[in-house]
Order: sequence, then C-alpha cells, then structure tokens
Amino acid sequence: MSDVQAAAFPEPDWSELGRPFWDALKEGQLTFQRCSGCGNAWLPARSECPRCLRSTWRREPAEGGATLVSWVVYHHCYDAAFADRLPYTVAVVQLDEGPRMITNIVGASPGQLRIDQRLRLRIEPQGDLAVPRFSPA
Amino acid sequence: MASLSGKFVIAGIGQTPFGKLPGRSTVSLNLEAIRAALADAGVEKDQVDGLFVKAPTSRFEMMYAQKLAEAMALVPRVGGVWDHGGASTNSMIGHAAIAIEAGQCDIALVCLADNPATGSRQAYEKAWGDDAVFGWFGTPAGYAMIAQRHMQQYGTPNDGLGAIAVACRRHGAANPNAQLRKPLTLEQYRLSRLIVEPLRRDDCCLVSDGAAAVVVMSAERAREMNVSKPVPILGFGQGQTSAEVALRPDLTTTAAKLAAQTAFGMAGLTPRDIDVAQLYDCFTIVPLMTLEDYGFCAKGEGGHWVQGGRIELGGELPINTSGGLLSETGMPGLQMVLEGVRQMRGESVNQVPNARKCIVSGQGGVMHSHSTLILGQ
Repeated sequence: MSDVQAAAFPEPDWSELGRPFWDALKEGQLTFQRCSGCGNAWLPARSECPRCLRSTWRREPAEGGATLVSWVVYHHCYDAAFADRLPYTVAVVQLDEGPRMITNIVGASPGQLRIDQRLRLRIEPQGDLAVPRFSPA
Repeated sequence: MASLSGKFVIAGIGQTPFGKLPGRSTVSLNLEAIRAALADAGVEKDQVDGLFVKAPTSRFEMMYAQKLAEAMALVPRVGGVWDHGGASTNSMIGHAAIAIEAGQCDIALVCLADNPATGSRQAYEKAWGDDAVFGWFGTPAGYAMIAQRHMQQYGTPNDGLGAIAVACRRHGAANPNAQLRKPLTLEQYRLSRLIVEPLRRDDCCLVSDGAAAVVVMSAERAREMNVSKPVPILGFGQGQTSAEVALRPDLTTTAAKLAAQTAFGMAGLTPRDIDVAQLYDCFTIVPLMTLEDYGFCAKGEGGHWVQGGRIELGGELPINTSGGLLSETGMPGLQMVLEGVRQMRGESVNQVPNARKCIVSGQGGVMHSHSTLILGQ
C-alpha cells in the first residue's frame, strides 16, 4: 500500500450497548453478558436475555479458553482493509463459558487446524482497537 | 383438518429470460412472469384474489406487494410479502394453499423478481457490525464455515461438492434458458479458484436478473376451469434454525430435516418415492446437506453419495434438471418450482423418464430457513 491510501479498518459497534465489549478488551478482558435471572451467558451484546427475555444482566470476563467449531480461509478480498492480509482465517469458536463468536485464528497455518481443538485467547492491538483473536492452546 | 395433500395444484407457471436484463424494474420483470403464468393456467388477471410476493433480494422496499398489485390494477383479498430469503416462495405456495382452504382467497399468484446483476445490489452491501473487524464479509463465507465443519466432521471430500457443480452445469448446458451453458468437468472444478476456502468459484451460484410466477388454486377449481396441465401439490413444510451461523448449536444439520418431515408426512411419502429433486443450490454444500437431511442418505454420507453420476440425468436421483442456481439462474428459488412442474408435466428439456414425484427445496439466510414442496402427477 505504497501510493494507495490505507483503507480504513472497519469500525466496531460503538453504541451504548456495544461499546463496553471493546472498552474491556483494551483493559485485557474479553467479556460476555450473563443473565441475572436465569444464568444464561451470551454474545454478541443484547439488551434482553434471549432465553428468558429479562433485561437484567451483568458483564463477565471470559477465562480465555475456547474450542474451534469451524473455520474458513479468505482468498478473495471483500474489503480493502484486508487486502494485504490474504489469505486470512476467520473462525467460529465456543468460549468455555458457552457463548460462541466470530474471530480470527492467528499463530497457526490453516493446515494445522482441526475441529474441536483447544484454543487460547490472544488480544491483539489493531490501531486504536484491541481485537480478540485465538491461537491453538 | 384432513390432509391437504393433492387438494391444491400449481395451475400455471411463467418466467422471464434469465441473466442480465438491464433497464428493467423488478415490477416490470414480475409482470412479465405473471403474464406468462396466467396465460399458461388459462386464468384472467381479474380472477386472481391472492398475491404472495417475495420481495426483491437486491433492494428492500416497504409494501412491495401492494406496489406490484397497483402496477397490475389488482386489489387482492389476501396478499403481501413473505421474507425468509430463498425459502420464501416455497413457503408462500403453502400459505396460498392454506389461505384458499380457509376461504380467504380463491386463486393466488406467487411470484418473485430480482435484478442484482444490472440493478441495485443494496441488500448485499449490508453492515456487518462487529464481525467486520475480523474480516467476516460476503455471502459465501457462512456456507464455507458450514462446509468446513461438515468436511472435518464426516470426511466429506471436496469432489462431493464438485459432483454437485458438475451435475448442475451439465443439466444447465442443455437448457436453452440457462444463464450459464458451459459444462464443467471434475478436473476443471478442482482447478477452480478458491474464494473462501473450502469453497471455490464453481461452488457459488450465479448473480442474475429475472422473475418467475406460479398460479395456485384448488384441484377442484382447476377442473372447473379446465386448466390444461395442473400439477398437484402433495406436501409442504417449513423449518428454521439460528439466523447467525456463529450462534447455531449444530452446523451440520439444517432446518431441511424438519421441513421435509412435515412435507413427507403430509404427502404420505418417503424419499424412496421421489423420482427427481430440485434442490436449492446457492452453494454446492447446500444440496449435499439437503439430501442428508431429507433422508436420501445418512448424515455425513452426502459427499460420497452424490458421486459417480447418481444425481445426474440417467442416475438414481437426478437433481436440478434445469441447472439450478449454479447454472440456470441465481435467482432465489421459484425457478426450481417451475422445473419441478415441467418434470411432472413431462416437459423438461432434461426430462426424467416416467417421473411422477418431485421434491423441491428452498432455503434462506445461511441455511437458516428451509421450505420443502413435494409435487406429483
């Protein structure tokens, strides 16, 4: 990207509901919501518990362990901000606490990955953001 | 309520050309398909009192069905838009039958039009929220995520996906109305470039302008009106799972299972009774998993089952005999019903000899919604 202006990295959800997730990452914590009524844990941010519909919940930090549900490798560029990252890996992981999320797998080639393998959280700086990615444990 | 199996028919079908249709609005495309469907059924426009419309995928518009009704000077008793993606039109055929049964309308049109090839792609340029931070873009990726899990969990070979692409492209090549009439060999498939691994370019459907429409009425009404080629609806059913792939507890079983159980139950049939299948193939992994969830083969065996010509013309269960979304048109779904009707009438360019039962699948989102239709003769 010498003479081309670097493409803007996508902005996350900065709403009142979404912002605490990204603020906590800067403090080194991946957080999810847990219902004060039924104990259900979830991601992404919602104002009501999808299980019991209560709106009373708290944020909890994840311990950082997860398992790999599945992954894909991008060979096609959909967004200029990712052009120099191709090929890159996007995965679905399940946190040990239950919630599932989209993330990146780093520190491993796709050929080394297998479903249900153990992963470890790796929070990486990305401009002004801290992004929750995962590596094989 | 007594079984509705066979009580309703598809009385007429119509379509536009498929491919690039520049300068045409989706309303105009819909009207061309509707004109053809009404003529095919021998029905006058003013006899229609139900209008069930799938909103164009490419551009969201409020009250689209009412705008379409206005454009054809129709004031239906029952009508509107049903939106669960590529499952919508199969579902609306079922809803039309239920509405007629309940005395809410008498003759219904079900239609869709889309123009993402030359018109707006507004709906595809959606915001991705937080997941854009991870580079999670595009429609193929969700299907690729499911395909990867399936391949890893069951040892599904890439050639299984390839066999589906090869079959659809072979059938589409013989269809003069198909947008892509270029056959594909398995060797060519293997060299097709990776888009979002494990999916290749030839695993992905076309982007197409076009429209299709069908006329639904009771079998009794069809007899009264001397409809020349009515095709009975033997069964229909729907199912849904998590909207987001990431939140879905099981990636390798889809809502197709429940939808097919409902449809087979209504029809009193099993997979063994089916002669030909039109299986929604926006990506090759979809028909592969649909065949499993419908019970044509065991879960996990689809990737092997589809190989060796089984799903091609002359095989045990030919699928997508007009080419499907991979070859005929990428339009989201109703064209598969049209081909099912042609097979039951004995009018397909790839006619399966003596075909008497056809199953048609539709799915929307990323295998989020599913709708099954069983047609007979």
